[in-house]
Amino acid sequence: MTVLTVVIFLPLAAALGLLAVPRVRGRAATWVWIAVSAADLALVAVMWAGYRGGIGYETRLRWIPTLDAGYHVGVDGLSLPLIALTALLFLVCGVHSLGERRRERAHAALFLFLQSVSLGLFAALDLLLFFVFFDLSIVGMYFVIAGWGHGDRARSALTFFLYTFLGSLALLLGFVGLFLGGGTFDLVELARNPPYAASPGVASLVLLAVGVGLAVKTPVFPVHTWLPPAHTDAPAAGSAILAGILLKMGTYGLARVAMPALPDAWRAHAWLIMAIGLVSVLYGALVALAQPNLKRLVAYTSVNHMGYAVLALGAAGLAPGGGRAGELAVSGAVTQMVSHGLITGALFLLTGVLWDRAGTYDMDRFGGVAGRAPVFAALLAAAAFASLGLPGFSGFIAEFQIFVGVIGAGAVVLGAAAVLGILITAALFLRALQRVLLGGPGELTGRVTDLRPAETAAVAPLLALSVLIGVAPRWLLDVIEPAAAALSSLAGR
Amino acid sequence: MNDDPAALLPELLLLAGAVAGLLTGMFVPRGRQRAVAWICAAALAAALAVTVTATGGAAFGSYAPDALTQAARAVVAGGTLLVIALVAAEARGHRREAEAYVLVMLAALGSVLLAGAGDLLVLVPAYLLASIPAYALAGFGKDAPGTEAALKYYLMGAFLGVLMLAGVTLLYGLAGATGYRAAGAALALAPGAAAACAVVLLLAGLLFKAGGVPAHFWVPDVAEGAPVAVAAFVTTVPKIGALAALLRVADELGPGGWDVIVAIVAAATMTLGNLAAFHQDDVRRLLAYSTISQAGYVLVPVAVAQHTALARPAVLFYLAAYAVTNVGAFAVVAATGRGTLDGYRGLGRAAPGLGLALVVCLLGFAGIPPAAVFVAKVLVFAAAWDGGYAWLAVLVLVNTVASLYYYLRWVAVVFRGDPPAAPPPGLARAVACVAAVASLALGVGGGVLLGRAA
Repeated sequence: MTVLTVVIFLPLAAALGLLAVPRVRGRAATWVWIAVSAADLALVAVMWAGYRGGIGYETRLRWIPTLDAGYHVGVDGLSLPLIALTALLFLVCGVHSLGERRRERAHAALFLFLQSVSLGLFAALDLLLFFVFFDLSIVGMYFVIAGWGHGDRARSALTFFLYTFLGSLALLLGFVGLFLGGGTFDLVELARNPPYAASPGVASLVLLAVGVGLAVKTPVFPVHTWLPPAHTDAPAAGSAILAGILLKMGTYGLARVAMPALPDAWRAHAWLIMAIGLVSVLYGALVALAQPNLKRLVAYTSVNHMGYAVLALGAAGLAPGGGRAGELAVSGAVTQMVSHGLITGALFLLTGVLWDRAGTYDMDRFGGVAGRAPVFAALLAAAAFASLGLPGFSGFIAEFQIFVGVIGAGAVVLGAAAVLGILITAALFLRALQRVLLGGPGELTGRVTDLRPAETAAVAPLLALSVLIGVAPRWLLDVIEPAAAALSSLAGR
Repeated sequence: MNDDPAALLPELLLLAGAVAGLLTGMFVPRGRQRAVAWICAAALAAALAVTVTATGGAAFGSYAPDALTQAARAVVAGGTLLVIALVAAEARGHRREAEAYVLVMLAALGSVLLAGAGDLLVLVPAYLLASIPAYALAGFGKDAPGTEAALKYYLMGAFLGVLMLAGVTLLYGLAGATGYRAAGAALALAPGAAAACAVVLLLAGLLFKAGGVPAHFWVPDVAEGAPVAVAAFVTTVPKIGALAALLRVADELGPGGWDVIVAIVAAATMTLGNLAAFHQDDVRRLLAYSTISQAGYVLVPVAVAQHTALARPAVLFYLAAYAVTNVGAFAVVAATGRGTLDGYRGLGRAAPGLGLALVVCLLGFAGIPPAAVFVAKVLVFAAAWDGGYAWLAVLVLVNTVASLYYYLRWVAVVFRGDPPAAPPPGLARAVACVAAVASLALGVGGGVLLGRAA
């Protein structure tokens, strides 16, 4: 057993402990969450410091020998940044939840459970294990929305569960297809000997099943329709985790499973995948532009940002024999996942402030908030600029790599069209900032008080890290790049 | 051939438990009839222990104590053990308390015999032994719904039993043998239409026990009308025997056209069960329709049993997973004593343990990992695809999503609204928790068992 297993299951153990000890209630439960997440983050930092390339901290145990499925976990340059992101985001959500007043014990236990699930998913090197965590993330988020959401939360939660569960079952069908072709659920072995090398038709079908499952989670156009209601009715911390961590499971799955295990099919359909990515980029940005509801706006920019990641992963299949362009594209996609997690997490925690104070996300009912809540305004502006890809923030590093990779791989027109997405995003964020922060005071502006210390403490580290990556990205790229090179050569073989 | 009676020890233990229980019940005063429960539980535990530690028995001519039977013995004994506890919670102090335990034991014995039968002439008495005590149990309460349930159950069972007997006769006439393997070999040369007819007739009885479409009409009525513990029993244990028997028929009798017939039945069973469950507000009827759809899923690997080696582990693991999940769900109903969905409002706060057990069982039914049914469903997917019935795998998928809707209706209620008075803790609650934990344990650690059974 390595430290990785401890990292994965420590939050789950704490969750069970919280449920078993009814005496820890109220804010004490949230403090337990914060302490456990902080310990987990410290362990992840130790792991990061000790990581030496390749697959680190590997554990492999037999689980279902009949299916050759096992408890196989490990980290590499793709998963380590996401594991670190998960640990950080859950910690800041814990800090943010110090303001939560409803059933704190169950709330903390549920989030700790979700943390274990998310960490487990990013560490999984076995398809069945991956799927277990994938499905459990849906269950956990269902209860977060249904239990602590607002508005028409029961309906939104049900839509979310049914929609993403359908996607997850398509994914399972695809995984079973991979098993029947390769004789194992083990990802490392499947990547070594990709199944269905001789039958491209079946490989395409399997890729379709896997792709649909992951596309729903990502989400890309046209299977994104569960996302806006889920976000609108989810609590702030739930939205931050949903957008910051759970959406990454989709694109991470594409990079971890679809590309290495079905390289031929991936290459054959690279243009289609890139087209879906591009449509998501443009569609997400355009719909966000038309939103009067700030939280829906942020939700749709997620569709836009995850579209870049899909576009980049598709481009890696286009680049002949991997190559520098493919490497850059994959590295950009992973950086984008980390960056989007940080920035969107911050944005959702900040929009939650509006609901907390005024009970609505409707931008037209605010205005001139900057005067009443300067810290809130400064952080919201910083997050918005980060999200639209301003140099100096992590989003720029990610998107720049993606554009260079996509255009370098030969998709000049697609790459150029994707740049248009940035333009629209810039417009929509500037408009939103104008409507909420500037101008004369709106109907509800009087209710908006400035951030509480816990809220500031939750949001500031996310933006600080985004700036750090934007200014000095080397420490992150040094981990990502070798894995990106390996992946793009796997997909290009 | 080596006729070693020790190979039948688990069956003999069940029989001995029933007989000893009956005798004890006759001589013990009403207030102390709980002793019979202990006798039956001891017999079941012994049967379970013998089965788990056994190293595979010798084959009899007409009864095969092989891996399939071993698995059925283990699952039946384990499931019945949980049911006995439920009966003990519900029938305490009842005038005929001892009889309930004995009838459960006899029907369980019949279910094991169904699974192990390797000869049509053993199959028929096993069918009767699994059915007749269950009819009596369904009407155990001697009230109007119970009587109606028992009557429906009996009439349907008798009718389909006669059809099955006709099928057995026809098979014997065509093949000149009643042993599965001998008949299967001879059947290949018989006229196709007549053989298909005989197979369909044979299926009638087994589908009745399995609760498959079109022989499923008794399930919701019995689940609603009979005492909860009995409902848990008849929707769980006889199904195990029948589905194991179907798997053996597919394997050993191997009739032509089997896969098509059973695939259609499986598709109809899961779909109709799910559609009927959609707007049920009565939790027992909801669970009844859910058991029908679950039977449909198990029938998928039964259909492809002749084409893939994955079918056998899929069926066996599914049966084990289904047994603990179903008994767990009914145990929650027994513990709360509430019959409508609305009665579960706020249960999650009034009795967190019970609420959690219910959620584990319901989400388990939907195949959410790491509950046991998840592993079983993966096996079903793999078996269907590998056996050339990928469309059936897709149908299982669609049905699973549809089923989630009505399971979630129930789950959502549990965590909403004000907590009612907490149901008193008792044996039924313990059974629910044990079953939920067993479901999770089977999902996480079941792979090892699977390796043994397959």
